[in-house]
Amino acid sequence: MRALVIDDSRAIRLILVQILKALKFEVIEAGHGLEALEKLKESGPLDLALVDWNMPEMNGYEFVCEVRKDDRYKDMKLMMVTTETEMAQVIKALEAGANEYVMKPFTKDMIVEKLTIMGIDVG
Amino acid sequence: MAVTPADFDYISKIVREQCAIVLEKGKEYLVESRIMPLVHQEKLESIENLVKKIKQEPRGSLKDAVIEAMTTNETSFYRDIHPFETLKKEIFPELIEKRKAKRELNIWCGASSSGQEPYSLVMLLKNDFPQLNSWNLSFSASDISNQMLNRCKSGIYSQLEVNRGLPAPLMVKYFERIGTEWQVKEELRKMVQFRIINLSEAWPTMPQLDLVMMRNVLIYFDVEMKKNILGRVRKLLRPDGYLFLGAAETTLNLDENFERMPFKQSGCYRLKQG
Ligand SMILES: C[S@@+](CC[C@H](N)C(=O)[O-])C[C@H]1O[C@@H](n2cnc3c(N)ncnc32)[C@H](O)[C@@H]1O
Repeated sequence: MRALVIDDSRAIRLILVQILKALKFEVIEAGHGLEALEKLKESGPLDLALVDWNMPEMNGYEFVCEVRKDDRYKDMKLMMVTTETEMAQVIKALEAGANEYVMKPFTKDMIVEKLTIMGIDVG
Repeated sequence: MAVTPADFDYISKIVREQCAIVLEKGKEYLVESRIMPLVHQEKLESIENLVKKIKQEPRGSLKDAVIEAMTTNETSFYRDIHPFETLKKEIFPELIEKRKAKRELNIWCGASSSGQEPYSLVMLLKNDFPQLNSWNLSFSASDISNQMLNRCKSGIYSQLEVNRGLPAPLMVKYFERIGTEWQVKEELRKMVQFRIINLSEAWPTMPQLDLVMMRNVLIYFDVEMKKNILGRVRKLLRPDGYLFLGAAETTLNLDENFERMPFKQSGCYRLKQG
């Protein structure tokens, strides 16, 4: 399985990458939405993207909107991982096409549980 | 701080007497990690002093506090996910079909802890089986702990708790944000009757049940009490009802009247048919 981790914090990316690698994912990283779209063009459709909300260039919400415009990525699971915790934000992300939502701070267990909910078999 | 063998025995004894939970030798670390916060809170300096105080005031509240501290309340929404998928795909459709003449369904969660398990079920029923809105649904959930009962009734969860296992689409549908926490909406809260039931003592009268959730609590009891509890569940369960146990629990070698259903990692049992 292949995943994209999008966060402008290198430290957070590192943690998420470690979690996903332990689950046997091949992981691509990006520091913001635009970079993520570029990398996605190179890689083709992936199984999963973990998406921060607040980032320079293009934020995570805009990224989700862009990805959902493109039919090639319709099976890709998108999960927000963000410090945004207002109900309105969660609703906005889901309406834009995000499949799941995790509020920072997170633990490995939380990520694993959410992947399972989305139907990703992590063994 | 270490617990002496004598104090460990004493704490094991009161925990066993009050809620039939068995603490074998080797569980000293558990006693230490659970009881030390209480020792600090009570400004007692050591477990030894705490035990002394309980012995001096055997009817005091400290004994209850020890019981509370020693019972594990670990839980999460849709814990282990598979049981809930089995309920959604197999059990509820079957029960609803079978009960459609009487339009009645009776459910009991026998160790509800802070409430994530009963609320996971209520959300599942509301979301996936809206036809039940007009049914006569009796849903009770119980736990030995007063503190847990209050948490269940309030339906308030921290961000950390709603992050665990709760699908975001259900969170936005069935929760309200209050301050930094999240509360289950009233229409769902009032669907469940919460009460105190000590599984190792007599149970109040209950209707014949279609579904019993008894997950991750049998593990704490000795074999005799496990048999006793399963025997009483058997009498309460309708002949075509279902029992769900935790992933590490089984009826095997305890009660041969049950058979395990072949659903993936669901801990789902029913009474042997025929
Ligand atoms: C690990 S939690 C299980 C919660 C939930 N069923 C689950 O599987 O996630 C165990 C619960 O059993 C309760 N408990 C322990 N001894 C009990 C007893 N004798 N009678 C009723 N409940 C008890 C504890 O208070 C605790 O909330």
